[in-house]
Amino acid sequence: MSLNIYLGMLHQAEQTLAESFRQVAEGHAAEPDVHHLCHALAQQCDEHSRVLLPVVQRYGEDRSDGEPERLHAEGLSTTRQGPVGLLRDLQDLYLLASFVDVTWTMVKQAGSALRDRGLLDVVTRCDGETATQLRWLQTRMKQAAPQALVAACASPAADRAAP
Amino acid sequence: MVDRIADIWGTRTPYPKDGLWPVRVDQALQEGVTEADVDRWVQSACVLCSNGCACDIAVKDGAMVGIRGRAGDLVNHGRMGPKGLFASWQGVSSGERLQRPLIREHGRLVECDWDTAMDRITERSRQLLHDRGPLSHGFYTSGQLFLEEYYALAVIGKAGIGTPHMDGNTRLCTATAAAALKESFGADGQPGDYTDIDSCDAIFLYGHNMAETQTVLWSRVLDRIAGPDRPRLVCVDPRDTEVARYADVHLAVRPGTNLALMNALVREILANGWLDEAYVRDHTLGLDELRATVEPWTAEAAAAICDVPAADIREAARIFGTSGRVLSTVLQGFYQSAQATASSCQVNNLHLLRGLLGRPGCGILQMNGQPTAQNNRECGADGDLPGFRNWENPEHIDELARLWNVDPLTIPHWSPPTHAMQIFRYAEQGSIEFLWISATNPAVSMPDLPRIRNILATPGLFLVVQDLYLTETALAADVVLPAAGWGEKTGTFTNVNRTVHLSDKAVEPPGEARSDLEIFLDYARRMEFTTLEGGPLLSWAGPEDGFEAWKECSRGRPCDYTGVSYERLRGGSGIPWPCNDENPDGRVRLYGDGVFPTDPEYCESYGHDLLTGATVGPEAFRARAPSGRAILKAADYHPPHEEPDREYPLRYTTGRTAYHFHTRTKTGRSRPLTRAAPSAWVELSPHDAGRLGIGEGDLVRVTSRRGRIEVPARISDIRSGTIFAPFHYGYWDRDGSPGEQPTAANELTITEWDPVSKQPVFKNAAVKVEKIGDATGPAPAPSTTASRPSAAAAGPRSVQPTAGGRQGQATEWVGAAPPPRFPEAIGRSGQDGRP
Ligand code: SF4
Repeated sequence: MSLNIYLGMLHQAEQTLAESFRQVAEGHAAEPDVHHLCHALAQQCDEHSRVLLPVVQRYGEDRSDGEPERLHAEGLSTTRQGPVGLLRDLQDLYLLASFVDVTWTMVKQAGSALRDRGLLDVVTRCDGETATQLRWLQTRMKQAAPQALVAACASPAADRAAP
Repeated sequence: MVDRIADIWGTRTPYPKDGLWPVRVDQALQEGVTEADVDRWVQSACVLCSNGCACDIAVKDGAMVGIRGRAGDLVNHGRMGPKGLFASWQGVSSGERLQRPLIREHGRLVECDWDTAMDRITERSRQLLHDRGPLSHGFYTSGQLFLEEYYALAVIGKAGIGTPHMDGNTRLCTATAAAALKESFGADGQPGDYTDIDSCDAIFLYGHNMAETQTVLWSRVLDRIAGPDRPRLVCVDPRDTEVARYADVHLAVRPGTNLALMNALVREILANGWLDEAYVRDHTLGLDELRATVEPWTAEAAAAICDVPAADIREAARIFGTSGRVLSTVLQGFYQSAQATASSCQVNNLHLLRGLLGRPGCGILQMNGQPTAQNNRECGADGDLPGFRNWENPEHIDELARLWNVDPLTIPHWSPPTHAMQIFRYAEQGSIEFLWISATNPAVSMPDLPRIRNILATPGLFLVVQDLYLTETALAADVVLPAAGWGEKTGTFTNVNRTVHLSDKAVEPPGEARSDLEIFLDYARRMEFTTLEGGPLLSWAGPEDGFEAWKECSRGRPCDYTGVSYERLRGGSGIPWPCNDENPDGRVRLYGDGVFPTDPEYCESYGHDLLTGATVGPEAFRARAPSGRAILKAADYHPPHEEPDREYPLRYTTGRTAYHFHTRTKTGRSRPLTRAAPSAWVELSPHDAGRLGIGEGDLVRVTSRRGRIEVPARISDIRSGTIFAPFHYGYWDRDGSPGEQPTAANELTITEWDPVSKQPVFKNAAVKVEKIGDATGPAPAPSTTASRPSAAAAGPRSVQPTAGGRQGQATEWVGAAPPPRFPEAIGRSGQDGRP
């Protein structure tokens, strides 16, 4: 059974997502909505990791190091500047959150097959919030895209408010 | 004669439950002018708050010399409040009015003619549209224009230029009202009516200091309280307001914690089974989610967060849950605080759970601040589309395109119209390079003023300001356009309970000043905005053409005006929309049938997640199959983002006083009002004052992470740990800038907004307070309002009672006419309100 690999991966990915939300929150602190919401969403991810941990432990952490490389979710290493930079960072968060979202779906499928009520309760607690995170990122990107891609100056140096 | 500065609400006219509110006609005339001197009375309504009191303007020798309430109007039954009596006409009759356009030359504003000013605007506008496209243009308007003006601006922005960057000061005052109504009911539209005050058993005022913000409406409440069967009153407000003084339960919550309280109230209703199960089943969606969200919020849990007794929360819930008919009113204490939309939706939920909607006495009034804010929401010169249309619904966009005869692709609808704070952010970043501000004063009214001043001064930002006076904002402009004011132009506007009034031109504007409508139409003409056939986009000759065009735009929508006309509005009472074939005299309250505008084809919004503001989207909304049911929306409580800490240990909140409107541009030109509240102050509790060694009138410095103000202290009965400052006091009557002693409350406020309504958070910030000078007298705060000095203050210095003297006198005729009633009061002609 490989569910433990997926659980470990999900746990890790939620932590990575939390860190990335925090990074964007700080890197784009001049956008107050991004700043505050990314911090709030990072807390949601922390909470997801917390409630998932007992399940991860129950199934036993995977020590084989055998999962394929591409299943790792890379976090954001740094944030970019200016309107286009904001858009790109939100898009990175979107990719990461999508990874988390679809992983929850896989875990839910496996949990259903195993009739693991405890696991399914954790999924129910968390997967709706992840879906909302995705919707927020999409809402915010849709709002930002026209101005960033059409009207804003291309080089971040021209962003008068950039740090 | 009555001193209406000392007696803000005037003489009591008590009445019983289900009775008719008696008429009392209030009148103020310029000193030395008698009724016999008045040449003519011109019909209007007051534009100094959202109440919309109908009035007649006294004209003598071509000048406005007084005002009188209209006895036959359903809104005010003849009454006027101090602002209406003493600032409506005086506020625009000052010698300091702008008379000619100004343009900036070598850094200085100099007078010029209209052609020069308009050429400069259109030149820049054309060039930017050519070089950078429509997204380079932003418009920031007001809550104080007339309907026709907003609609003209909306058409210019959406069909002429094609920019999504258009919003109003309404974002600061009423965005959450609209947002909460859309989330719960699918579309904007005030459910309740003022007559619900006449018929209710209990009134809940949520963050609504009605006694000061809508003084005439509060008179109505006071008259019920003075009657034989007074309604119970519950007040949520951190200050000891006049409302709180009459309340059966006063919940003086910590600023920023409203949602914890609201979740607990909802939980109490559910836990005690005080709900109308049949109504909830047939007319709502989302009970299970609501129940799960509020479940942790016991009265004790909320009490710990809000710092109010759990027993009081239970008692408030009991009053809501067991009173036959309940009226709720909501205003800035909720709208300008943390989690604004979620908190306001819980008010809607309380009514939905008990089925208290659409019947006499059972109403919700999600209030507005400014007089014509409602029209901005309807006409779409703010963050909405005209006629409460849904930007996510392509069919609605096509309707507008057909109506305006333009390509649907011109109309920006790829995301919601840009909200005010984001418009300023784009200006800060340089991607909006043309900003046109009309009839509002962001240099005083927006949060975090040091930042706003920098943005307005951004090199490369072309700033047009259109106003009556040289405001703090106008001082930063590249072009200043002198606008005609109230009484100097004709147009309609709509108050908070959907009542449409006509305001006729009484006098000529000063100098070369022009109405805002003329200015917008002139811009459209010069820019040669055209329809698909090449005709002019806006071919209106004047306001009535604009009104007729608007009627077509409103046809079939919730705010249907098709049955209203200028002619019907002259003579009788204002008319509450919808007014159409189905409701020929308008409609008093909405949703009596429990059918809500949530049909996906009809609704104004598919809704949002209340915590993040993520859009629900058409598919997910359709999947819930709302089909006319209201939606019980909820979110969990989250603490405000800036909380007191060691460095900034106190909570800061801002607000209004009864004697001033907005940034005092009008009320500050009225002598009795200015004498009543001449300059800025802050309020703190006797406990905090004692701890900090501050006495009444001492000069204090209040500092936040954004800036500081230095003003005298009033020791009042505000909750301990909280500091209040009135937001009216900018710098136009000094030298236009904060200088060494800043006084504007928004020097300290935070740049943050509600995720759904995008309304800025003015009512929560962390500050510190220190004494910097001894008192030279008591603080300049009124003694008649929430700023009344505390009896518990140590060593009270004598505070003179606020009074108006000779200039504050008004005449009152109690019972001058039989009370108007719906629908008889509508559309009669020849009724001039004369007692
Ligand atoms: S209550 Fe409002 S509308 Fe009425 S007179 Fe006072 S300021 Fe004007």
